[in-house]
Amino acid sequence: MKPLAAFLLVGAVLALAPFLGLPAFYESFLYLVFSWIVLATSWNILSGYAGYFSFGHAAFFGAGVYATAVLGSKLGWSLLATLPFAAGVPALLGVALGAVIFRVRALRGELFAVLTLAVTFVVSTIVLNTPIDGGPGVMLSAVPIPQLAPSPSGSFYLMALALALCTVFISYTVYHSRFGTGLFAIHDDEEVAEVMGVPTYRFKLAAFALSCALAGLAGGIHGVFVSYVTVSETFGHWLALYVILMAAIGGTRHWLGPALGAAVVTALLYAFTASDFAVAGRALVGLVLILVILFMPQGLLGRFSRRKALPRKALTPPDAPIVAVRGEALLVVRGASKAFKGVQALAGVDLEVRRGEILGLVGPNGSGKSTLINVVSGHYPIDSGSVVFEGREIAGEAPHRIAADGIARTYQIPRPFAHLSVLENVALPPMFGRVAMDRARAEGEAWRWLEFTNLSAKANRLPGDLNLHERKFLELARALASRPKLLFLDEVLSGLTASEMDGAIRLVRAIREQGTTIVFVEHVMRAVMELTDRVVVLTSGRSIAQGVPRDVMRDPLVIDAYLGGAHA
Amino acid sequence: MGGDLAQGIRRPWRPGAVAKPPPLPSAALLGQSLLAGIFAGALYGLLGLGLTLSWGLLRQINLAHFALVFLGGYLTYQLSTAGFDPLLTLALIAPAFFVLGVALHALLARFKVSPLNTLLVTYGFTVMIESLLQWIWSADYRRMDWHHGGVKWKLGELFVSLPELLTLAVACATALAMWAVLRYTDLGKAMRATAEDAPMAAAFGVNHQLLSLLLSGLCAALAALAGTCLALSYTLAPSQMYAWIGVVFAVVMIGGLGNPLGPLVAGLAIGVSEALTMALTAPAWAPLVSFSLLIGALLLRPHRF
Repeated sequence: MKPLAAFLLVGAVLALAPFLGLPAFYESFLYLVFSWIVLATSWNILSGYAGYFSFGHAAFFGAGVYATAVLGSKLGWSLLATLPFAAGVPALLGVALGAVIFRVRALRGELFAVLTLAVTFVVSTIVLNTPIDGGPGVMLSAVPIPQLAPSPSGSFYLMALALALCTVFISYTVYHSRFGTGLFAIHDDEEVAEVMGVPTYRFKLAAFALSCALAGLAGGIHGVFVSYVTVSETFGHWLALYVILMAAIGGTRHWLGPALGAAVVTALLYAFTASDFAVAGRALVGLVLILVILFMPQGLLGRFSRRKALPRKALTPPDAPIVAVRGEALLVVRGASKAFKGVQALAGVDLEVRRGEILGLVGPNGSGKSTLINVVSGHYPIDSGSVVFEGREIAGEAPHRIAADGIARTYQIPRPFAHLSVLENVALPPMFGRVAMDRARAEGEAWRWLEFTNLSAKANRLPGDLNLHERKFLELARALASRPKLLFLDEVLSGLTASEMDGAIRLVRAIREQGTTIVFVEHVMRAVMELTDRVVVLTSGRSIAQGVPRDVMRDPLVIDAYLGGAHA
Repeated sequence: MGGDLAQGIRRPWRPGAVAKPPPLPSAALLGQSLLAGIFAGALYGLLGLGLTLSWGLLRQINLAHFALVFLGGYLTYQLSTAGFDPLLTLALIAPAFFVLGVALHALLARFKVSPLNTLLVTYGFTVMIESLLQWIWSADYRRMDWHHGGVKWKLGELFVSLPELLTLAVACATALAMWAVLRYTDLGKAMRATAEDAPMAAAFGVNHQLLSLLLSGLCAALAALAGTCLALSYTLAPSQMYAWIGVVFAVVMIGGLGNPLGPLVAGLAIGVSEALTMALTAPAWAPLVSFSLLIGALLLRPHRF
């Protein structure tokens, strides 16, 4: 609870200000700083952490303003009583919008940005043309506010301070939590995150709802602070611009970045609006935004924005190997078909994977091996056929559910999360996979697999610092850390030298000793012959042969498929 | 500060087309509304053309397109007060805008700005250009006086004005021309190939850099063209540019990224829907139409996007 204590201490010190008899100007100025801290930090929880840039923060702020305005002026509620609605209405709005946009697969980020650009306009139109406002604005001077300090401005100062501290603390907590890890993974590679077990859709919705609710709270307080709200003042497009600028200047990958940026930008803006150069000040905001994106994309706190690994604990003894009856069917695929715009990638594949075995899946390029992995892991929905895992139909399940069932995969071209350290990359699957550990235990587990794959020395590096061989092993470590029951290895050996390949083969054997069943997709025939118990041959989306490697490789059909009928 | 935001898109003053919510609009009023919708839709399509090309083929979401359109509109306005014909002005500013577009792309390419960050950088340019417009021409509404602007024809009960007809013709002609260029010329094929797979296109000898600069310049020149058309029939105010963003992006997305005919078709559809909404309910609800259509498209056909 050390961080919480630090937050409370900072809060307690700052809370003294209204009792020192400062001029009201200082309280109001600091109130504004705190409000902007709330807005920028709340924006960052979705847009900075998960990388979905929202241009519609004014809409959610405004929804909060008008929730309080309606309840406070028309029903006579006190400010505090309206605040749950000031948070709830924007959160619902965000969830409704997110439920539509977050389902789209391609261009998600761009679509989200552009739709949120429009949403401010839409919400303001609704407010303006309905009795919510209707045009003349809403007077809020009669709304009762809590008497927290000797003066009203002091009370607003304290409310904004409390909200700002809460928001930054939430930002801090999310940053260090499992939830935050999931959001950062979504930022880097959403598809891989989903396949590793991150419930991406739910996480994005939750982050968006949280972000909107906090912005709405700031709006509710601010409406009463200015005491007279109008549509044009509330829904101005400047709010989104300032919020984005603040977060970008401070650093979007750090929990404190937006707060720092908010303090800096608010002070600068005040200096300009107080002088006669308001228009020039706006132009300057635009220029600064451009310069920050081009020259300082990480922001002021960029160099501090890597999360520190938790202190490394002594290894707990490994979980006992998965004990299971060898030989019974673990995964049964029947008649799996999948077409892409007329290309029949899978044309009724039948496949049975037995518990405890290493099954080789071979076939020429384009025969459907990778598509089969993508279908089983849930990345592509299947057109027809069934996929039964441990006696249960899993076709049509979301990829993160399938990951939780115990199916993992590696990618032929490694796809690590580029901004997460090697350790964090490996710690992610155990947080979201079959066991769902907390971050500390997951990192302990990650250390074990880094040692297993000889990557411990690079634990705190970024994946970009690794060579191809190490990145392939990182893929393996990631797949292993989730302790899968069934593991698809997609050409882990391609591009490795002969000695690296020997190491990899030893590793695959060791994985099987842990009790994991393996489907081994490979072109390197030496490894297939050495490692696998059985082989299935795919060609043109069909399985044409299966059996013991030596027999299958002599099958004329197989030779024909590989050599294109040259022997005929 | 943005009081304009809430007012929706300013329609040109048009005696027959002011749509109040009547219980049952007359056939003539409805017809005039439909015509107004078609003309507005043509301008949506014209604005969307440059955007869809830069988004679809260059992977740049150029928010500054709107600012350039308004800059073009104001320049047309300003030069018309000095006696220049808008069409002559266009001949002057289109090359100048082409250079601006080339410079913008050179900057974005030099810093390897990601698609999402292009949105932020061009947002910055938008704000700067808006401030510039406000500084020079103030925040007040400006209306260009074109000596042919009052030319009108009567078709039965309906009125058609020259500026609107001109805009419709220009929008159709540019969209068709761009479609033909992309579809049939080697240049167009090279552009589409680059958009699909830049390294592979480069391996086949396509000069990716040069093409992208050219395309970006072309998009900016299209902004100049749209600006001139805007000034012909609409009232200008710097902050009005934000009122166009939602509807034009909806047009671009519904039309399909990189498809030069998409914005025109989607623009006409949205323009007509807005006009009907205005005639049957109240003008103030028009801004919701494009957003609702886009959300509907997302709900019904999420895989198209």
